Amino acid sequence: MFNQYFQPNDILIIYPELLLALFAMGVMIIDLFLDRAWKVLNAFTALVGIAYAAYALYRLKSNALNLSGYNHAILNDSFAIYFQFVFLIATALVILISARYLSIEGENRGDYYALILLSLIGMNFMVMGIDLITLYIALELMAVSEYILVGYLRTNRQSNEAAMKFFLLGAFSSGILLYGISLLYGISGSTDLRVIAQRLAERPSHDPIALVAVVTLTAGLLFKIGGVPFHQWLPDAYEGAPSTITTFISVAPKAASFALILRIFIVGLKPLETSWVPVLSVVCVLTMTLGNITAISQSNIKRLLAYSSIAHAGYLLLGLIAGNEYGITGIAIYFLVYAFMNIGIWTLVVAMRRKDLIGDQIQDMAGMIYKNPGAAVLMLVFLLSLAGIPPTAGFIGKYYLFASVIQTHHYVLAVIAVLNAAISLYYYFRVVVVMFMSEKTDEEKMTLSPGVLTSLAVTLVFTLLIGIYPEPFIRFAQNSLSLFQ
Amino acid sequence: MSDLTVFLINTTIKSIVVIGAMLGAVAYSTWLERKLVAHLQVRWGPHRVGWHGLLQPIADGLKFIFKEDIIPTEASKFIYILAPTIAFIPALLSISVIPFGSLGFFGSHAVRFQITDLNIGLLFIFAVTSLGVYGVALGGWASNNKYSLMGALRSSAQMISYELSLGLSVVSVLLVAGTLSLEKIVELQSGTWFGFIPKWNIFVLPLFISFFTYFVSAIAETNRVPFDLPEAESELVAGFHTEYSSMKFALFFLAEYANMLTVSALATTLFFGGWHGPAFGPLWLQGLLPLFWFLAKVFAFMFFYIWTRGTLPRFRYDQLMAFGWKFLMPLAIANVILTSFVVAWKG
Amino acid sequence: MMTFDQILFYALAVIAVLSAIMVITRRNPVHSALFLITTLFCVAGIYLQLHAEFLAAVQVIVYVGGIMVLFLFVIMLVNLETLSQERRFNRQWHIAILVSVVLLVEFGTIIWRGKAALQLPANQPLMDTLTTNNSEQLGVVLYQQYMLPFEIASFLLLVAIIGAVILAKRRLSSDGK
Repeated sequence: MFNQYFQPNDILIIYPELLLALFAMGVMIIDLFLDRAWKVLNAFTALVGIAYAAYALYRLKSNALNLSGYNHAILNDSFAIYFQFVFLIATALVILISARYLSIEGENRGDYYALILLSLIGMNFMVMGIDLITLYIALELMAVSEYILVGYLRTNRQSNEAAMKFFLLGAFSSGILLYGISLLYGISGSTDLRVIAQRLAERPSHDPIALVAVVTLTAGLLFKIGGVPFHQWLPDAYEGAPSTITTFISVAPKAASFALILRIFIVGLKPLETSWVPVLSVVCVLTMTLGNITAISQSNIKRLLAYSSIAHAGYLLLGLIAGNEYGITGIAIYFLVYAFMNIGIWTLVVAMRRKDLIGDQIQDMAGMIYKNPGAAVLMLVFLLSLAGIPPTAGFIGKYYLFASVIQTHHYVLAVIAVLNAAISLYYYFRVVVVMFMSEKTDEEKMTLSPGVLTSLAVTLVFTLLIGIYPEPFIRFAQNSLSLFQ
Repeated sequence: MSDLTVFLINTTIKSIVVIGAMLGAVAYSTWLERKLVAHLQVRWGPHRVGWHGLLQPIADGLKFIFKEDIIPTEASKFIYILAPTIAFIPALLSISVIPFGSLGFFGSHAVRFQITDLNIGLLFIFAVTSLGVYGVALGGWASNNKYSLMGALRSSAQMISYELSLGLSVVSVLLVAGTLSLEKIVELQSGTWFGFIPKWNIFVLPLFISFFTYFVSAIAETNRVPFDLPEAESELVAGFHTEYSSMKFALFFLAEYANMLTVSALATTLFFGGWHGPAFGPLWLQGLLPLFWFLAKVFAFMFFYIWTRGTLPRFRYDQLMAFGWKFLMPLAIANVILTSFVVAWKG
Repeated sequence: MMTFDQILFYALAVIAVLSAIMVITRRNPVHSALFLITTLFCVAGIYLQLHAEFLAAVQVIVYVGGIMVLFLFVIMLVNLETLSQERRFNRQWHIAILVSVVLLVEFGTIIWRGKAALQLPANQPLMDTLTTNNSEQLGVVLYQQYMLPFEIASFLLLVAIIGAVILAKRRLSSDGK
């Protein structure tokens, strides 16, 4: 049964994913036997699955296994494990806020959680994969689940439209990505990123075909993180999707795509650094600037956050451009922070969804300080963190990213990034102004279910904790430096 | 002569002979069908043209040729003409990989009774037969007639549904044989157990079930009673070929019988030992007997086809779909799993 | 002087590309589908030239015999009258074609200039197509070397099935409200 392609250890390496798969299917089966009033149990099942997976992952981290498996298709190093923890945290928080939202929308079914878990499996393999085929299939697993989740509200036209746009552009970008992958395979004769790196290093530095491969790969991958000029799908998808799903895709899949990009660029395409750094620098500047400037004119909170998330992708690219230890740690810590602050703010947006009011206009927040002072203060904290103001966690992330480009002497980039951070303050504070300075327009209370409250508490605590006492979290994030080995 | 020339001459002659024989067999299957069904219903069947109506197929053929060829004005002309051809060509093509007999000797030349042996022979047959559905679907659509369209829709749905169980049922044979080449599959079935039970696949335990699923879905694939919904004459006039006349209709007609023959030949090859059978007598007889056994087995299947037509009523459409998806397909999958366990257990 | 193989390859390639263009320019969706089938056939032919018989057969079975039949099925079911009257392209198609042509020329030039790079490295063992069966090799690659991606793909299919059910089913029994 066992041979060079399949070792006994291989099963252990993907044990968390196996558990998740089990629970994903379990949720669907249990769903069949649940009465409508008990649908909330689905969320519990999914949470139990995530808890198990997290435990398995923890065991994996502490056991000194040979973590390369399946004929070197995956490499579950501490970089991968770190990111998997981020995904697990983000997904758990999203599931917490989903149950109430889904029952308001009238679509409370088990397949929602199953899809989230399956998408999580895809993300886990995306960070583990070191083989282009594994990476691609895992990316598709994640993406296809997302398309479906975005269009999950079948009776909602906006949701359908968003799913359609997301799907078409996503499929198109996958095609471009695949073209790049095939070219890479063509010139290196292998799908293993490490072998590709070796082969590329043996080639002349300005190899035209390698350049095409890099450009197409970059284009395809930038689609997934919404880098300018491949960002058009993002605001529509974020606005149309169910708010909980927007919460999800704005954090976990984005982190997964970024981890994938790191793996491909830092491990596989390192020899071609001179050709992709300039391309990414331009994209980075465009992404930051366009995201922030467009966000200023938005009146819809979902769209505003969508553009803000584009801008954040721009900041994150800084870490990749620097490509040094500081940059990678920066990206890693940023995603941990981003998971908390972004999910926090989206949770509040989700909570504003109440009877007969979608609650996605900025005006709907008018006078929140009078109606619901707690929520208003929380919103303020998360917005400050997004803007990167100390002592919130956002500052730590931005600090690492900006410092990394300064270390590699990309001063222009650093200056533009800081200017952008200043612009972003403007629109974040516009929301604050509406909340604190306007009269309230309606009396509807927010729906703060136990799940939402838990999620808010967790995100708030960590947003502040990472900001005030970052030391252990940074050490945790430095796990991701195994990428360089 | 170079190898290439030998190959070319060899293959050309074989193709002509096989296609000729095939068309003859198709023609006489229609006679057989009419005769048999008639006798099943206590009638005489055709008996005017020739002895017991033996020249009837030829008369029918001539009639087809001289009939007026009508193309409906609203039809999509190119596709309308293309469709019968698409139906007919795959039907003939698929016979090319089926082995009819063992080696024969013409002087010093050893000739294989098979047009060509592909190492993906079985897949080739599936690839080619899966094209047949286009003839039906496009023909029905291009006619611009509601009955034709209904027939075409039904037929594409039916053929796709049953193709799955057809493919799955064959997988277990592959698992046992370990090859896709039809010739090797036949070779593996030579010999006997205890001196009298032939080592045909049908007698290998789990493969009995696959024969069942194979043959049922094969009947459905060839649109025959009790699965002849695409042309259900009592509901759809004549189904997908309502508008067709003359040779175009004849092509559809021939394709149907050619498909029946192919499916029977494949059943023989996969489950009933192909051309294997007792060989005795002088050398020339030993050379020809395998051919005889093969044809006899195919004939038995054709007989069975016609027998079912004379006996069974037609399925209702939802019954057809339910049977295909809810019974046949799970059975085929279960059988594949069972067979793989048996194969793994036997090592 | 081109060899027979080359002539065949170019013929197949040209037909494949031309029919691919026809797929997107035909007004009648059935015609588009037929041209797509032609393209797929030509690709299968190219696989055959590469001694990938298994892949060629599977290409025909899966794409031509399965997926495209379903396509046709759906096209026949929906109302064709409205479909064929709709515009095939939106107003930006001029720009799109310009951009595509520029990109094509760019990529073409680059690949032409770097074509030496497309040779496989010398230490890469070419598959021995003559001694071992093509289906067997593919089996080894698919079920052993790339076993994990293959299994992940099964989850991908599961997701696709769930998605199809969610999006297509009109009303699910457990809907709230």
